[in-house]
Amino acid sequence: MARVVVDVMLKPEILDPQGQAVQRALPRLGFDGISDVRQGKRFELEVDGPVDEAALARIHDLAESFLANTVIEDFTVKVEEAAEVAEAAK
Amino acid sequence: MSRTPLDTVEHAAATPDVELPWAELGLKKDEYERIVEILGRRPTGAELAMYSVMWSEHCSYKSSKVHLRQFGEKAPQSDAMLVGIGENAGVVDVGQGYAVTFKVESHNHPSYVEPYQGAATGVGGIVRDIIAMGARPVAVVDPLRFGAADHPDTKRVLPGVVAGIGGYGNCLGLPNIGGEVVFDACYQGNPLVNAGAIGVMRHEDIHLAKASGAGNKVILYGARTGGDGIGGASILASETFDDAKPSKRPAVQVGDPFQEKLLIECTLEAFREKLVVGIQDLGAAGLSCATSELASNGSGGMRVTLDDVPLRDSTLSPEEILMSESQERMCAVVEPEKVDRFLEICDKWDVIATVIGEVTDGDRLEIYWHGGKIVDVDPRTVAHEGPVYERPYARPDWQDALQADDANALPRPATSEELKDQVLKLVASPNQASKKWITSQYDHFVQGNTVLAQPEDSGMIRVDEETGLGVAIATDGNGRYAKLDPYTGAQLALAEAYRNVATTGARPLAVSDCLNFGSPEDPAVMWQFAEAVRGLADGCLQLGTPVTGGNVSLYNQTGEAAIHPTPVVAVLGVIDDVARRTPVAFQEEGQLLYLLGDTREEFGGSAWSQVVHDHLGGLPPQVDLERERLLAEILISASRDGMIDSAHDLSDGGLVQAVVESALLGGVGARLVVPDGLDAFTFLLSESAGRAIVAVPRSEEVRFNDMCGARGLPATRIGVVDGDAVEVQGEFSLSLAELREAHEGTIPALLA
Repeated sequence: MARVVVDVMLKPEILDPQGQAVQRALPRLGFDGISDVRQGKRFELEVDGPVDEAALARIHDLAESFLANTVIEDFTVKVEEAAEVAEAAK
Repeated sequence: MSRTPLDTVEHAAATPDVELPWAELGLKKDEYERIVEILGRRPTGAELAMYSVMWSEHCSYKSSKVHLRQFGEKAPQSDAMLVGIGENAGVVDVGQGYAVTFKVESHNHPSYVEPYQGAATGVGGIVRDIIAMGARPVAVVDPLRFGAADHPDTKRVLPGVVAGIGGYGNCLGLPNIGGEVVFDACYQGNPLVNAGAIGVMRHEDIHLAKASGAGNKVILYGARTGGDGIGGASILASETFDDAKPSKRPAVQVGDPFQEKLLIECTLEAFREKLVVGIQDLGAAGLSCATSELASNGSGGMRVTLDDVPLRDSTLSPEEILMSESQERMCAVVEPEKVDRFLEICDKWDVIATVIGEVTDGDRLEIYWHGGKIVDVDPRTVAHEGPVYERPYARPDWQDALQADDANALPRPATSEELKDQVLKLVASPNQASKKWITSQYDHFVQGNTVLAQPEDSGMIRVDEETGLGVAIATDGNGRYAKLDPYTGAQLALAEAYRNVATTGARPLAVSDCLNFGSPEDPAVMWQFAEAVRGLADGCLQLGTPVTGGNVSLYNQTGEAAIHPTPVVAVLGVIDDVARRTPVAFQEEGQLLYLLGDTREEFGGSAWSQVVHDHLGGLPPQVDLERERLLAEILISASRDGMIDSAHDLSDGGLVQAVVESALLGGVGARLVVPDGLDAFTFLLSESAGRAIVAVPRSEEVRFNDMCGARGLPATRIGVVDGDAVEVQGEFSLSLAELREAHEGTIPALLA
C-alpha cells in the first residue's frame, strides 16, 4: 500500500474568504507577522497495488474531475515515500 | 499586459504606432478607431482596458439601447415612480412614507462556467445595487432556466446554482421569496440565472450615484481588489463561448457573503449619518465602471491614484486593477470633513476603506499610477457615450411556418381515461412539478417578515409591523410563448406577473425586467428582441406600470442555436395590510370554486403540447390587458373585502394545474363540473390568459357575484372544495395521494 496526497488550493487570483478570516484572527490572538493566509484541502489516498504511472494518471484524472473544481482551484499530486508514511504513523 | 516603460498618457502620445490588443479585449476595429478619435491619440493600456469593458455589450447596452428607449418614451404617468431608469435601481413609492427599490439582473454566463459562485455572486451584485440606492435589502427572488431536466449537465449546473443562491442569501440573512424554475432543451449550455432583490427605505433616504462638489473624496471600501473576473464583462458576457479560447476564459469571481453583510450594515450606517454624497457599487467592469459613472453623473471630473487601491495580489497591473471584478466592493463620494467619520464607521464594521481620489472641478477623469498619468479621458465618453448600434433585424423566415404549425390541431385525448393519464403526466412533468426540493434549500422566513413565498403566486414581505403595509413581487417569463410571437410573449409575461401580484391581493405598481436573448448580430434574434421590447413597453403603458429598470443579457447561444427569446418580467405590488393577503391553498371544504375570465381553445406553446406531443408551434394565447386590469381589480377588492379565501392565477398547465396545486397545498380536494359551452379538455388544459380561480365562502357568494356582474367580469361557478381527490364530474377522479406522488416526486427523482 502506498499513499498519494492530493493538495487542492484555490487559484492564486481567487478570493479565499476562509483564509482571510484566519489571517484576520491571528493578530487578535497575539500571533503577529503573518501577512497572508490561504487555506486548502488535502486528500490522502491509500492506493491498492503499485503506484506506477498508470495509477498516477488515474489519480490525476480523479483529482481533476472530482476532488478539485478546476475552474477555481489548482491541485498537485504527490506520492508519499514509505518512510514518510511510517513517520506520520508514529 | 504590463509593459515597460509605464504606458502613460505622454508615452501614448509619443508612441502612436504601438499596437494594442484591442481585438483580444473584445473591441471591434471601428470601435477602436473611435476611441483614438475621441482621445486624439492612441489610448494607453489602462484607457483601453476601461473603454473595452465599458463599451462591451454587457455594460454599454450598445445593441439594445435604441430599443430600450421605448421604456422611457412610452412610460405611463405614475405618481408612484420616485426614481426611474438609469440609476442603480428604480425606486417606487409604496405609501406611508416608504419607498421600495427593486431590480432583476442576469448572471447567466458566469453561472454556467462555475454554477455555485456564479449564482452566488449574482445575488451579491443585485443586493449591492439595492444598497447603493440607500435601501435595506429585504428579500431576493431567483428566476432560473436550465436545459432538459434529465440532461446530465443540468445535474451539474442546477444543484450548484441552487446551492450558490441559497448559500449566499442565507448567509446574508435575506429571505428568498419567489422566482421560477423552468427546464427546456434550448437552455442547454446557456442556463439563465436571473436574480432579483427588493429593498425598503424611507423617502428621504434615496441616494443617487453621482460625484459632485470639487474636493470631495472618493473612497473605495469593502474587499481588496484581486485578479478575479478580469475582463469578465467584455469577454465573458459579450461573446459566445465557442469564440473564447480557453486562455481567454477569465477567472471566476468568488463571493464572500459575510463581507457583503458588513458592507450592507456599514453603508446603511453611513447613509443614516448623511455622510455620503454619491455612491456606486462595483459590479461588472469594477473600478472602470464605478469611477467613470460616478464622474460622468456628477458635475465635475475626478482624479484617482490607483496605487492607493488595496490589493490582494501586489503583482496586478494597473489595467488589471481597473478591470478586476472582485466582489463586495463599493465606491462612495464623501465631503472632506466627513471622511474621518466615514472611515471610522468602516473600521467599526471591519471593512477596509481607502481614499483613492477626489472630485475635481475639471471635466476629466484622470488616473495615476506610480506617479504617471495613465488615464485622461472625458468620463462621459467611457460611461454613457459608447457606441450605439442600429443592428439590422428581420422577422425570421421560419416564423410563419412555426405559427402555421397549429397546436390546436394536435390529437387530443379521445377518452376520459386518456385525459386523466395526460393530466397526471402534465402535473408530473419537470416544468409543472413541485419545485419544493429546490426552493426548500432557500431560507424563506429569515427576518420574520415573509408573508408569502413560493409556491405562492407572488412573494410578499411585510414592510411595517404596525400598519401591516407590505409589498409583493412576482417574476414570470415564458420562452415558448415568446418564440411563437415575441411581442405577445413579452406581454404575456407581463400579464402573468401582474396577475400573480393581484392574485395575492396586492396592487401592481411597477415593473423591472431581465431580457435574455441570443446574439444581437443575428437579425432574427434582434427582431425577437425588438418585438419583445415593443410589446413590453406597450403593455406597461396600457397597464399603467412603468418599467423602473432592468438588465439585458445577449449572446445566450451556443453556435447557431439561440435560446428561446426569454423576457423575464418582475412586477412589484403593494398591499395595505398583509393580513388581507390571499393564499393559493384551498382553505375550507364547502367553499365554492369560481373561474374568472374567458376560456378559449388556446394550446400554442402550452405545457400540454410540450408534455404530451413535444410540440412547439401555433400562436400563443391572446392578450387582453384591459381584461387583466379588470381581473386584478376584482381580485384586489375581493381580497380586501374578505370575499375570497384562496386564489390562484391560471397560466402554463391551465386550470387543472392550478386546481391541483391549490388542492395539494391545502390538503383538500375539489369536485369540478365542466361548464356549459366548454369541453373537458379545453376547460382543463387551455392556457387562455386573463384568468384565475377563486374559492368563495358560501356566505360571500351573492356579494362576490354581484361585484363581478357589476364590473362585467365573467365568473363561472365550476365546482366546490371538497374531499380528498380532484374529481372532474363525468370524466375522472385523481386522489390527492396519487397527485402528490406525481407532482412532488419528479424533481427529487431527477436531481436529488
